[in-house]
Amino acid sequence: MISLAGDRSDSLGTIRDENVSKGTTKVKRGFAHMLKNGVVMDVTSVEQATIAEEAGAVSVMVLDKLPSDVRAAGGVARTASANIIREIMDSVTIPVMAKCRIGHVYEARVLSEINVDMIDESEVLTPADESHHIWKWDYTTPFVNGARSLAEALRRIEEGAAMIRTKGEPGTGNVAEAITHIKKVNDEIRQAKAIHDSGDRQDLMRLARDFRVSYDILHETAHLGRLPVVNFAAGGVATPADAAYLMSLGCDGIFVGSGIFKSDDARNRARAVVLATTFWDKPERVREAQEMVDEQQSMLGLDTTKLELRMQERGSDA
Amino acid sequence: MSITVGVLSIQGDVCENMAASHQALDEMNISGNVIPVKTPSAISDVDVMIIPGGESTTIGLLTLAGDTLATLGERIRGGMPTLGVCAGLILLAGDVTDRMLGGTGQPLLKVLDIKLERNSFGRQRDSFETILSMKPLGIGDFPGVFIRAPSVTAVSPDVEVLSVYDNRIVAVKQNNTIGTSFHPELSGSTELHRHLIGMARR
Repeated sequence: MISLAGDRSDSLGTIRDENVSKGTTKVKRGFAHMLKNGVVMDVTSVEQATIAEEAGAVSVMVLDKLPSDVRAAGGVARTASANIIREIMDSVTIPVMAKCRIGHVYEARVLSEINVDMIDESEVLTPADESHHIWKWDYTTPFVNGARSLAEALRRIEEGAAMIRTKGEPGTGNVAEAITHIKKVNDEIRQAKAIHDSGDRQDLMRLARDFRVSYDILHETAHLGRLPVVNFAAGGVATPADAAYLMSLGCDGIFVGSGIFKSDDARNRARAVVLATTFWDKPERVREAQEMVDEQQSMLGLDTTKLELRMQERGSDA
Repeated sequence: MSITVGVLSIQGDVCENMAASHQALDEMNISGNVIPVKTPSAISDVDVMIIPGGESTTIGLLTLAGDTLATLGERIRGGMPTLGVCAGLILLAGDVTDRMLGGTGQPLLKVLDIKLERNSFGRQRDSFETILSMKPLGIGDFPGVFIRAPSVTAVSPDVEVLSVYDNRIVAVKQNNTIGTSFHPELSGSTELHRHLIGMARR
């Protein structure tokens, strides 16, 4: 079943007619549930989107530039061109997502009007308002947000995110930060669950205040022993083994940014990452997937300790 | 007797269907188990099969890769009670088009003699909840959760229409196989899962 923890279906984004309701928490979070055990691929063109669909991606995420190119180009990164998003929507049958800037209420409105299937309020783009994320309950279109701690994930869910992606460092081809943050979120959930199971409600309240979230959402998360929404891993995935490792840490699926289309064997690599994500629990199948790619053709990775721009920190304090 | 329910666990909302099946077995007081099915060999252990919601192109491609699709097709044709939900309904269909893009050319099991339109109600923003009924199964007031749902546009005389919503066919049955556009595993009601398990008992 889908957890409805923190539900605010009385908001503007929920449209209720006589017998029909749209934009409910169940259909928003339910959409993310249908992506589970799948790979969402960053794309910038119809050609890339078609390769992603043929490889078995569950969805594509449209950007103006891949994260590694955003990093290289500098300047302000904004949402993708409406025409490119539309062309891609008209070319593939799988769901199409697109990114807007953190806090940019009207980029999100535009994406919703274009009718993308999900909006990613993303730190890969230059934040428009780092202290106020979008109040996502006001949209009928569901949102996904990044997080690198349990507190951040729950704050985003309370703002209406229907899905979380645990952040790594985008555009680096280095999976280390994604691994660190998944383990951190897992540890924090285990700690919250231990407090919950001990019956010490006062301590759980103290933790909710530390996290700057409501007691109720923390209680439900601790009770479930997992986030109340689908949680994918993202940031720095470059190989099938990277994807399989993140799945083994309990993620519900994978976002791949630059790792596929900045490699020299994109078509094979796209299929191989999908296979490794699906069959992560069967090491012989992961080996087969890894054999489909050539390390000489992987994107060149970056040392994440020496970066001038750490995208993961954007909007984290809010 | 003991019943084993298998849920195709390639991609999609597998654990929601497993949870609904567990609950249905409990409510029916039947001893049994529910297993995820990822490989052809696992299919032989199963009495009842569920193909969950998810992305039909992904599930189809990856099921095809391991010959699971062919083995599954044989068992369904051999009479195994089977439920296909949303993407699962698409995989069971004989003929599939996309509302915007036309022919999809995706791998299909072709065990239901139906024509089907993907994304029939529009994109995610138009996903919805409503109340519907499946009168031929004796199920009324059932919460229908439709997520980028397909609908059935034509059926052969062998196919029984179970439910119609907004002049569109959203649930069908042919012999041992049931398909729904909506997600019974998200409805909070186990009525359809119980009906499916009941088919294995007879």
